[in-house]
This record gives sequence, structure tokens and C-alpha cells, in this order.
Amino acid sequence: MKRTTIDLWVGIFVAIGLAAVTFLSLRVANLTPQGADKTYTLYAEFDNIGGLKVKAPVKASGVVVGRVTGIALDTKNYLARVNVAIDSQYAFSRDTSAEILTAGLLGEQYIGLVQGGDEEDLKPGDRIAITSSAMVLEQLIGKFMTSFAEGSGQDSKQP
Amino acid sequence: MLDTLLTPFIRLGHWVIEAIRRLGFISRFFLAILMNSAQSLTRFHLVIREIYFAGVLSLIIIIVSGLFVGMVLGLQGYTTLVRFGSADALGALVALSLLRELGPVLAALLFASRSGSAMTAEIGLMKATEQLDAMNVMAVNPIARVVAPRFWAGVLSMPVLAALFNVMGILGGYYVGVILIGLDGGSYWSQMQANVDLHVDVVNGMIKSLFFGAAVTLIAVFEGFDATPTAAGVSAATTRTVVTSALVILALDFVLTAFMF
Repeated sequence: MKRTTIDLWVGIFVAIGLAAVTFLSLRVANLTPQGADKTYTLYAEFDNIGGLKVKAPVKASGVVVGRVTGIALDTKNYLARVNVAIDSQYAFSRDTSAEILTAGLLGEQYIGLVQGGDEEDLKPGDRIAITSSAMVLEQLIGKFMTSFAEGSGQDSKQP
Repeated sequence: MLDTLLTPFIRLGHWVIEAIRRLGFISRFFLAILMNSAQSLTRFHLVIREIYFAGVLSLIIIIVSGLFVGMVLGLQGYTTLVRFGSADALGALVALSLLRELGPVLAALLFASRSGSAMTAEIGLMKATEQLDAMNVMAVNPIARVVAPRFWAGVLSMPVLAALFNVMGILGGYYVGVILIGLDGGSYWSQMQANVDLHVDVVNGMIKSLFFGAAVTLIAVFEGFDATPTAAGVSAATTRTVVTSALVILALDFVLTAFMF
């Protein structure tokens, strides 16, 4: 076979390979070419983060505004310290509150932000002061069972 | 009497020594290929020629089998997922199983049986017809001229073939899941995009296929080079290439998976 024919076929082969890799990264892995997407980092401390994971979404009014970038246990006060990267086009006031919510009853967990009324905005590296922890289903069931048992106990005392 | 008692041990010892000799030979052979690779880079058309034979001619089998594997995944995945009411996750299931395991492994197995065996037979016949010796006489290094281009062609072709296999599989799953069964096309893609990570899944799959390409072609050229220079020897070497490659691919896959995921 002539060398140019071989070159042509190998060229087509490589082009197909590049197209396949592009398809995999853009269409399958959804790599949006945002490049150096500008974000700023905030952190929040929770009593219990439940099943929150790194890369979980941060939502405000249901809109994804950032991602969880790091989770660690702060050994000074034994609270979970969660770092979040927020898209820099969104600014939040200093009294914004963060809570860990669950998508559906057993879905993945995410952080919900609720805007406060303060005039000043949170600056990069600031702490989100008002937080509420994850709802842990087992604890909830436990509380329900205890109150149920207490309730029935009181009932039995009264004739 | 003593001899017949000792025969199994003699066989075992011979087998172990032979296995160790071949392991040592293949390691030194690998080093020799790496050291004689400069010529493959300066005369790149040698590699391009081998990419044509190893890669381009494997396109059809990769495309067709990728499509069918994807269609089977779509069908089987659907029948299982629909029982749990999560048929919408079909896209994620098909994409993840292809990208992480099936794509690289099956593409490498096909590549070993189609191109690896051809490489072994070709080099083995060159040895049997004393072409390699003739090259040596003409002061042409057969490892640099014959073996290294084939090795690099295999290493370069394998990720391309695996990526193509993945794409065809995902399209095959789309065909069965969305067009035949009637799932929502939007959720097929969005579930896939939400669950597939570029680095963890796509890039690691590519790295896997690079390793498989190197392993398969190394085994193929080694078996050809080590073949007994007779018709029976070449045929035995070709069989060994396919069997050893399959075992090495699956074992290597376990090791790489343990490291990556």
C-alpha cells in the first residue's frame, strides 16, 4: 500500500480518536469550558454534617451557586469545618445562614444558603456564622420513638 | 525407580526455571525496546505504518462490538433498574461501567486477539525465515527497526480504540434505552453528566488503556521474538500471546482499579 494512503488512514484514525475523547469529556463528563471560573471561599462550622460530601452543591433558593471544597474536623472546638467555593458573581450578606438539607427523603445532601438582611457582604475567607446541622434520620426516628414511649407511659398512668 | 519418582520434580523445576528465564528475558527485552526507541521517533513513518495495521484495521471490530456491548448494557441495565424505579439512571450506569471497566478491558482483549496475534505471527515468521538474522548481518538492529515501532504503535493505538469503544457503547445504550424502550433522552444524558467525573472516570480509563496497550504489545512482540523458528513454534507463540495477554489484562485491571478508584 502506498505511503500516502496509509498516512491518510492513520490521520482519519487519529481524528476519530480525538473526536471520541472530545465527546467523552464534553458530552459525557460535561466539562464546560469555563476554565478559570472565579470563585471565592467561605467556611461554615456545623455540629453534624450527616452525609455531606466534597463536591456537594451549595444552593440558594434552589439555584446552584457553588460547591463544597473541603470537609475537616476542627479539633479546637470539635465542630465540622466545611469550606465552600462560591461563584464570584453571587454575593451574600454577612448574616447569611447555612443549613444542610437533603434532596428528597434519602437523596444526596447539599448546603442551602439563605440570604440575610445585613448591608455588608461576606468577604473571601469569612465564616458563615449562622448554621444548622444535617437532619439525621436515625436520630429523628430515635426522638420520635422516645416521645412515643413517654406519651404512652403518661397515658397508662392516667386511668 | 528413583528416576520415575523424581520425574515430576524435574518437570516442575524445569517449568519454574523456564518461567523465570522468560520473565527475565521479557524485562530485558522491554528495556531494549525503550533504549532503541529513538529511531522510531526520528523515522516516525515506521510507527505510522504499524498504527495503520494495528489500529486502523481494528476500527470495524471495535465499533461493532462497542455498539453491541452498549446495547446489551442498555437492555440489561434497564430490566434491572426499572424494578427499583430508577430507569432514569440508565445513562449513568452505561457510561460508568464502560468508562471505568468494560471499555478499556474489552477493547484491549479485542486488540490482543486481532492485532497482538498478528504482530506475534509476523515477527515469528520473520525469525523463522531468518529475516531478523539478515538484518543483524546488515548491521540493522531488528529491535529498533521491527520491534520498537510496533510497540509504540500499540501503545498509541490502544487509548484511541478504547475511547471509540466507549463512545460507541454509550451510543448503543442510547439507542436501546431511549429510541427502542422510550426513556427520556434528556435524563439519559443529564444523569450521565451528573455522575461521570472527567478526571476520575474518563482520564483514569484512558490511563488504564495506555497500560493495557503497552502490556499487550510487549507480550505480542516478545512472543514473536522468542518463538521457536518453526511453523509449529510460531503457531504456539501466537496462541500464547492471546492467552497471556488476556490474563495479564484482567490481572492488571484489578491492580489498576485498586489504585485508582
